[in-house]
Amino acid sequence: MIVLDEYTKYFHRGSINEVIALKDFSLNVKNGDFITIIGSNGAGKSTLLNGIAGVFLPDSGKITLNDTNITNWPEHRRAAFIGRVFQDPLLGTCGALSIEQNMAIAAKRGKHRGLSIGVKSKHRKCFQAELKKLDLGLEDRLHDKVGLLSGGQRQALTLLMASLVRPNLLLLDEHTAALDPKTANQILDLTKEIIEKENLTTLMVTHNMNQALQFGNRLIMLHQGKTLLDVKAEEKQKLTVENLISKFYASQGDNFASDRMVLI
Amino acid sequence: MTLYSFIGAVEQGFVYGIMALGVYITFRVLDFPDLTVDGSLPLGASVSAVAITHGVNPYLSLLLASGAGFLAGMVTAILNTKLKILHLLASILTMIALYSVNIRIIGGPNLSLLGAETVIDSFSKTGVAAYYAAPIAFAVIAVLITVLIIWFLHTELGLAMLATGNNPKMITSLGVNTHFIIILGVSCSNALVAVSGALVAQNQGAADVNMGVGTIVAGLASVIVGETVFGNRTILQACFAVLLGSVLYRLAIALALGIEWGAFSFTPSDLNLITSILVITALTAPMIKEKITAI
Repeated sequence: MIVLDEYTKYFHRGSINEVIALKDFSLNVKNGDFITIIGSNGAGKSTLLNGIAGVFLPDSGKITLNDTNITNWPEHRRAAFIGRVFQDPLLGTCGALSIEQNMAIAAKRGKHRGLSIGVKSKHRKCFQAELKKLDLGLEDRLHDKVGLLSGGQRQALTLLMASLVRPNLLLLDEHTAALDPKTANQILDLTKEIIEKENLTTLMVTHNMNQALQFGNRLIMLHQGKTLLDVKAEEKQKLTVENLISKFYASQGDNFASDRMVLI
Repeated sequence: MTLYSFIGAVEQGFVYGIMALGVYITFRVLDFPDLTVDGSLPLGASVSAVAITHGVNPYLSLLLASGAGFLAGMVTAILNTKLKILHLLASILTMIALYSVNIRIIGGPNLSLLGAETVIDSFSKTGVAAYYAAPIAFAVIAVLITVLIIWFLHTELGLAMLATGNNPKMITSLGVNTHFIIILGVSCSNALVAVSGALVAQNQGAADVNMGVGTIVAGLASVIVGETVFGNRTILQACFAVLLGSVLYRLAIALALGIEWGAFSFTPSDLNLITSILVITALTAPMIKEKITAI
């Protein structure tokens, strides 16, 4: 479905701070894949997601979506087929606008926005039905400003908004990392529910190895802008956290001690 | 305050209220501090005055003025979005450039409109007393524009504009080209400011290249005073608050200018000091109120 071909991205290129975030990175995501991505800080996880979303353009390489070359498409154009949830719960929604206004904006993702009224009364029922699924009581608070909601509620709403228009690809960038453990689990359950129901192709970055093993049909471990590990289907089901750590050890040797790998 | 100065303040409040609404769009909706207005207000006045002296219908001259303002705003917005110049600096550059442009348009520092047919004349023809004609004309136009802005901010495009100012990352991820929205918003804002300038010129019977000095401060004062006094919980409330804030601001100025303590009285040159004190008071009022009620 989406294919990255020798994707390379530098930051601060040409300066002494030059960092290579992704190096000749290739990835072939198949329709319906749910891929979890782990790796140490600076491994290139967020760069990968931002690169696919089009936040920046690559230094070299190619991205194709369903055989269309989208390498040079700007972010807002790619948004037509990508749904995103960010780590920061404040980023995915607009705090100054009401719940229904946020949903109305999301309902127009990738579509033409004109001069007809933004929140149409015929859409309210649909928004309420969608919000009811979250079971957070938000369906009775359509006119409330999103800024009044908690981080967990906002993240749940973001998830709903990202899938309101079915995305070809869902990008989750540590979307539960800023939440308390209980809320994080609720959001994860919700994520699973939405992905399975809509059969969404998903890339999920996480720092939590258990999560990475528990969810999805494919796991990728990144290190210094390269794929260290790529396991699929049955092989992934046999993996344990200890396996992951030892595999990381094996490939890194002595370097591991100096790396800031986050283990949970 | 005499009735005459009261009516004069209301009249100014409404005509500059159109400018304040433009400032509201950039400053509050887009979170884009835009100083272009100091140049686009006299730009509107210049274009309208030159058009009228060339025999153009005064209403049509408003349309030309708004077009000129739109282009001025577009320059600022393109400098910011496409050429990556800081918004504040981009607007200052356009503002400075407009000073020269305005002198070119007028062909000198000012242009008299005495005796020429203006928008206000068509209102006085309906039979209202001469000194009521201008405030009524401006109130009608300002309210119409306020309603238009409120409607726009409820459309799909308007919602995208509100979100662009509040959370550009989110709205980009939902497929909106924020550059386009900023260009549209800043251009429309300056179109309003130019219309305001054109009406001021038609009312005072002259366009002057220096009439724009301090426009942004008056606009901000109106926005902040209005929001503090009348509230900004909904778009409807906020927009009318800005318009009424402009009237309130002009009344406060008129009141201050009328104060006399023995030999002391304020002069028009004290206006900037008064405005600053007014804005500081409006900004800190909620905080002070909270402190007092806590005691």
